[in-house]
Amino acid sequence: MEILPILSAMRRNKVGAMLVAVQMAVTLAILCNALSIIEQRLAASARPSGTDEANVFAISNQWVGTPPDESALVESDVTALRAMPGVVDATVMNSYPLTNSGSGDDAYLAPNQQKPTAHMARYFGDEHAVASLGLTLVAGRNFTAQEIIDRERGDQLVPPALIVSRALATALFPKGDALGKVIYTRGSRKEGSPIVGIVERLQTPWVASGPWAHAWVENSVIEPYRYLAQSSFYLVRTQPGRLASVMGESGQTLFALRPARVLDKIQSMGEARRNVYRDDRSLAVILAVVCAVLLAITAFGIVGLTSYWVAQRRRQIGIRRALGATRGAVVRYFQTENLLIATCGAVLGIALAMTLNRLMVGSFEQQRLHASYLLVGAVTVLLLGQLAVLWPALRAASTPPALATRSV
Amino acid sequence: MFRYYLGLALRSLRRNIVLTVLMVVTIGVGIGASMTTLTVFRAMDADPIPQKSAQLFAPQIDSWGPTDNPSEMEDKLEDQLSYIDAMALMHAQRAHRQVAGYATGFALTPENPELKPFKADARATFSEFFAMFDVPFRYGRGWGSDEDLARAPVVVISDELNQKLFGGADSVGRSINLDDQEYRIIGVMAPWEPVPRFYDLTTENFAKTAQVFLPFNRAIERQMRSWGYTNCADRSEPNWQRLLDSSCVWIQFWVELPTAKAAEDYRLWLDDYAREQQRSGRFSWPAYTKLRDFKSWLRNEHVVSHETRLLVLVAFSFLLVCVLNATGLMLAKFMGRSADIGVRRALGANRRAILAQCLIEAGVVGLAGGLLGIVLTVLGLIGLRGALSEQLVQVTSLDLTGVGIAFALAIIATIGAGLYPTWRASRVQPAWQLKAQ
Repeated sequence: MEILPILSAMRRNKVGAMLVAVQMAVTLAILCNALSIIEQRLAASARPSGTDEANVFAISNQWVGTPPDESALVESDVTALRAMPGVVDATVMNSYPLTNSGSGDDAYLAPNQQKPTAHMARYFGDEHAVASLGLTLVAGRNFTAQEIIDRERGDQLVPPALIVSRALATALFPKGDALGKVIYTRGSRKEGSPIVGIVERLQTPWVASGPWAHAWVENSVIEPYRYLAQSSFYLVRTQPGRLASVMGESGQTLFALRPARVLDKIQSMGEARRNVYRDDRSLAVILAVVCAVLLAITAFGIVGLTSYWVAQRRRQIGIRRALGATRGAVVRYFQTENLLIATCGAVLGIALAMTLNRLMVGSFEQQRLHASYLLVGAVTVLLLGQLAVLWPALRAASTPPALATRSV
Repeated sequence: MFRYYLGLALRSLRRNIVLTVLMVVTIGVGIGASMTTLTVFRAMDADPIPQKSAQLFAPQIDSWGPTDNPSEMEDKLEDQLSYIDAMALMHAQRAHRQVAGYATGFALTPENPELKPFKADARATFSEFFAMFDVPFRYGRGWGSDEDLARAPVVVISDELNQKLFGGADSVGRSINLDDQEYRIIGVMAPWEPVPRFYDLTTENFAKTAQVFLPFNRAIERQMRSWGYTNCADRSEPNWQRLLDSSCVWIQFWVELPTAKAAEDYRLWLDDYAREQQRSGRFSWPAYTKLRDFKSWLRNEHVVSHETRLLVLVAFSFLLVCVLNATGLMLAKFMGRSADIGVRRALGANRRAILAQCLIEAGVVGLAGGLLGIVLTVLGLIGLRGALSEQLVQVTSLDLTGVGIAFALAIIATIGAGLYPTWRASRVQPAWQLKAQ
């Protein structure tokens, strides 16, 4: 293909070519960054919580006032929940994953150590917690009934045993020998607690809080407490397929035991997931729509402009055809022309995309752009250009050679 | 002349309808996208209390010290105060008005035994809250400083709660059962939903205002826990008495300072207060305080999310693409008419006349694009509804200013897109064109 004639033709139409190139560059810059954000958000919202999400739901329970016999009330509630047909297990907790609300702590390896070794989320749960959340115990054992302590909000206790997530175990003991080790917490810097069990995965409640909690999203500890407070959560795990029916009846079961309470929210883990990641999914959808419209606009722009160039050069094309150029040669001419422009646009666009990304990393707490997005973006823009130019190029190719003779 | 050019423009636009539609759609979509995000941005960035915001300030005190400070906040300065500091600032009475407060809640048992108890969000605060924030009342009034001191079981309820419990009737003097305690209703607010909910931005920025307001001292006496964040330097979860004695921060604090002088005096006094704490041995670090004005506070609390800013940036880049696109199309269009322009020039039209004619044609495109942009903005805002909080949806609408901005954008975009092509068109050499014919 002869590039020189194309270049000399383009020189006569510098501004038009530049407009297309710049437009493609900006398109590429937006596209790369948007794709990167979409991918991050979708990946984040697909992370497993570690619980048996399909079969677990949570009831938020709030007593009216402060009942004197809270411990007995909670006991009768969970007993009734466990007795419901289709229920595998039930327990009371202070928080659960995907709620964005909970209690945090730091872990230390030695008493009075200065800097904490790891951040972690604290869950309070009894010997039914592992089964009620559907966690997978990969090492050690569950709590025993003797280890469970009734804990009212704000009590200062030293837990006699701990169950940690594998991520936390690895963060504390990278060699993989966490089981049986003693760790210390902010509340108990002198007296440690032994790790008796490790679960495969248990997310912290803060999954959508940006980069702050991102690094330790799976660092969780379960402390062997039965949580007694005005507001707490009952976690219920059902047999497969029974979730909806048990969820529907659970409220009545509890109200029958004691009407003076508020069951503010009864939600499945699936609903919790949808709620907590709603903003992330919305952002991904909005960006996807923007990308689609952007590509369409750019494509139509190329179609429009190339059509005009074709119309302008109809006579020249006719002459070329009369001199023996094939239809394919004409099509290839416009394709090559577009490829040259698009390549310039892509190079400029990659630089622009990286600049835009630097701005977003600095100001909007976004992550760095991976090089593969630049590649995907560049290829997309080049293909888009080829696709957009095809129709005007074919129209150009259909110019009859006789045209050359007509108007002279 | 204008009407003649307008006629010419319309005829020319009709002649190449595909190109015209493409240009209008391009500008319309660009404006629709940027206006949609800008409208959300403006709603988030709005001043919810414009008549007062210049006089409102939020004090910050470092009660944790620089070492081992787990604060995630900017400058390692928490956005809430500890109970000790909040009470000291309340008692000092150094500002024109001062209000400490925190979010809490009740289980509310309705009189009607057939209705189930429900959760009522509450705010524990001081009597000056209502005057400080210009809270409108439908019935009754806020409580006074006597009730503050007496820890009186009185409440101000929201209009919404009054509708729910009493069908909107004057309920002042009636009592409601909150967590097994009887509270007397002293006032009913008129609907009051500041967006963002500036007085407490620690949890959700666009949350609803509380349903029940009660005296702070009463809530403390009842040991009502904060339903917002309690942040402790040692990340512990203290029991009630230790919470009051600790450096844990969980109380929002506002002061009203009517003049610049009053603000400066308060700033100095606040620093003095912290130094006094250092002298007394409570702080083992140099005094570190801030008195943020209203705007700076909203920024500090990231009221406008990073995501929103990001979308505005993306949308305006998108508009840039649209303008480039329209420029190309307009250039194509005008240059395609070089012959016509040549004839007109030869017949005596000067450059300015050509310039005017082309600009009017570009203007018609811009106007149509702007109109389409406004329609798309309205559609875009409807589409965004699912992604925004309920409170934000209420205030996110295209107002007159928004329409004005949309048209300004359309004009800027069109001139941006039309300027170069118009200039090129006016440079057409008549002799050249006529010869080519």
